[in-house]
Amino acid sequence: MTLELNGYRAVDLYDELIGSDGQPRPHARVLLERLQSLSDEEFRERVEAVNSAIMAMGITFTVYSEAGNIDRAWPFDVIPRLIPGSEWRRTEAGLKQRLTALNMFIDDLYGDQRIVKDGVFPAEVLAQSRNFRPQCVGAAPRFGVWAHICGSDLVRNNDGVIYVLEDNLRVPSGVSYMLENRGVMKRVFPELFEHLDILPVDEYPSQLYETLASLSPRPGDQPEIVVLTPGVYNSAYFEHTYLAQQMGAELVEGSDLVVGDDDCVYMKTIAGLNRVDVIYRRIDDDFLDPEAFRADSALGVAGLMRAWRKSNVALANAPGAGVADDKVVYAFVPDMIRYYLDQDPLIPNVPTYLCMREEDRRHVLAHLDELVVKPANESGGYGMMVGPMASASEREKFAKLIEADPRNYIAQPTLKLSTVPTVCDDRAAARHVDLRPFILQGEHLHVTTGGLSRVALKEGSLVVNSSQGGGSKDTWVVAEQEKR
Amino acid sequence: MLSRVAENVYWMARYLERAENTARLINATSNLLLDLPRSVVVGWESLLNIMGCAEAFAEHYNVADERNVTRFLIADERNPGSIQSSLNGARDNARGLRDQLQRETWEQINDLYLYGKREAGNSLGRRRRYQFMQEIVLRRQAIIGISSSCMSRNPVYRFIIMGRCLERADMTTRILDSSAIELLGQHAEDHEAYSNLRWVSVLRSLSAYQMYRQSVQVRVSGRAVLRYLLQDRDFPRSVAFCLNDLSSCLRELPNNRKPRRILSQVLREIDEADLHTLADTGPDAFLDHIQVGFNDIHGAIAEIYFSVKEAA
Repeated sequence: MTLELNGYRAVDLYDELIGSDGQPRPHARVLLERLQSLSDEEFRERVEAVNSAIMAMGITFTVYSEAGNIDRAWPFDVIPRLIPGSEWRRTEAGLKQRLTALNMFIDDLYGDQRIVKDGVFPAEVLAQSRNFRPQCVGAAPRFGVWAHICGSDLVRNNDGVIYVLEDNLRVPSGVSYMLENRGVMKRVFPELFEHLDILPVDEYPSQLYETLASLSPRPGDQPEIVVLTPGVYNSAYFEHTYLAQQMGAELVEGSDLVVGDDDCVYMKTIAGLNRVDVIYRRIDDDFLDPEAFRADSALGVAGLMRAWRKSNVALANAPGAGVADDKVVYAFVPDMIRYYLDQDPLIPNVPTYLCMREEDRRHVLAHLDELVVKPANESGGYGMMVGPMASASEREKFAKLIEADPRNYIAQPTLKLSTVPTVCDDRAAARHVDLRPFILQGEHLHVTTGGLSRVALKEGSLVVNSSQGGGSKDTWVVAEQEKR
Repeated sequence: MLSRVAENVYWMARYLERAENTARLINATSNLLLDLPRSVVVGWESLLNIMGCAEAFAEHYNVADERNVTRFLIADERNPGSIQSSLNGARDNARGLRDQLQRETWEQINDLYLYGKREAGNSLGRRRRYQFMQEIVLRRQAIIGISSSCMSRNPVYRFIIMGRCLERADMTTRILDSSAIELLGQHAEDHEAYSNLRWVSVLRSLSAYQMYRQSVQVRVSGRAVLRYLLQDRDFPRSVAFCLNDLSSCLRELPNNRKPRRILSQVLREIDEADLHTLADTGPDAFLDHIQVGFNDIHGAIAEIYFSVKEAA
């Protein structure tokens, strides 16, 4: 293939596969040699095979537009992103540390609020948190764990350091694509798996099952676990079905469930009503229970919060867990790790300016052309501004937004996200990537092997979200010893 | 098993079966056409009556000629019963069942749907039409093959069979109806010869000709074909066979009293049908009556298994 390493230069950027000397990094050498040994035609055939595998497997995501909802094939790039095993082990430990602290934080906030009383977390941040749910105060989910499934976004800057960019604690998605990407690669490049020690990723569904089962309010029985989806038109519906299927759990919609007079949750079956123990819900808090949250929600189940508070059913993630999924709260995670665990964070945060602090705000407003500004509570890359790429009028708009509602904005230096060679018009070109590993916590902690690598397909773009023109790559954690 | 899932599974199976049988029906009619002298013309309009979509057709077309009728029955998504609409319906339901179906089943259904999308519009001319119909039937058979050889006989499987059997029984009666397709321009003295041709074409469209020959061993006649396709206990597309299959699925499900009772009534009427008279006077009124019976069976299944029971 036309992967000319001489011509491939990622100036002032860190490339995950190719070093600054233009040579493959040691852990990527075998892969790149194999890919280069394919003729242009062979390579093109593989790319086509990938595309038809994706069509055949029906791997899609839904895009909403005025022309109706369209099922789009999942954009996938055939060149994988590689991570050396030793680096991954350090990252994994850091992710476990982080989620442990985050869960202690959430449990504390809905309990005694020690961290506020001890002056580590400011009361005014809590007071203005949009995702703090008073309905959850005093609840005691099992193991003190609220966020059972967490997707943390990691990025590598041009200094070579991996940072946590954000923690998704509400309904993080993408794990099914991680699993499917591996399936596609195995179908199309089986020989690569013979020549490299690529650690498997397919443990995830059983670990998820185990995590959910550990939450059951009726231990000992075979728990009835369901995945609660908003329905076919949700953009992550593919993933909901995929996970339900892989776990052998029932995929339910709100209308399939009912809360009985005994405050237990039941599902409607062909043989009548059947008790449910654990709900892996893929619906936002707001829509979960019209009795407790938005009364106009047709997606949820009336009475669900009652059943949960009485510990008759487990919800994963627990309602209210989103309080820690806030870009202002994010800035305090390193402090939480020190406070609750008495440890230093193993993975650093991206330096973050909180616009609510006067000094920070002045700095942000003076440096809008250098910084990335993000609203505290949006996800999916919406409502943010990348300073160096923004127009003067856009910057002015954000300056006004910040001054009107400083608590709702943070700013970070514009990172130079690392790149991976990516097929663009039959050639390999440097494109920016991030990485979303998934961390599970119930009775035990688990981390996916690698995670979902998302890639910005447009040249120079830093936005990797699939809803905004991003694609994905298979992610290989490779044992450093090569097979002979 | 969730009620909603049962309903989706059942409809997925019905849509798939409908697509296949519509393809069979169109093929049979097209073949019949080839066997007729050029002076005799098939009344394509009667195909619309058989499929119960004459009114919908009239909303969009002026002339019920071969081209318009086949387009409406194959590719027109404004016709809820067209092959393409059936494939859409099957896939829409299957999409909501990704956690229940085996991956291969979903892939095949998705593939069949994509094939229809790609080819239905190009398959209206006689030559390509035949190929397209064959392909629909074969791909649909592959889906059945996967489920019958790889699926546990669980409730999901039973609702698949129930949807398939009821739709198949219904479509078999409709294909029998096609024996009454109008042939325009024939001479009275040719009547018997053409009548024979038509019954052969009915058998062929249901892949029943060889099986019929092996088991019946008399020359093809209206009465014998009616008996075979309505009452035979061994041929899997006969109405009695389908209803018996349906009945054995129901036996394994809870609260089955009502649908089983209605089903037995319909089965009895079929067994007791006076085939002599039917063959002479034309079976259409009787077949219509049986089709109403199928609707009642469907109604009972929907009431017991699909509708919501709220009280805990």
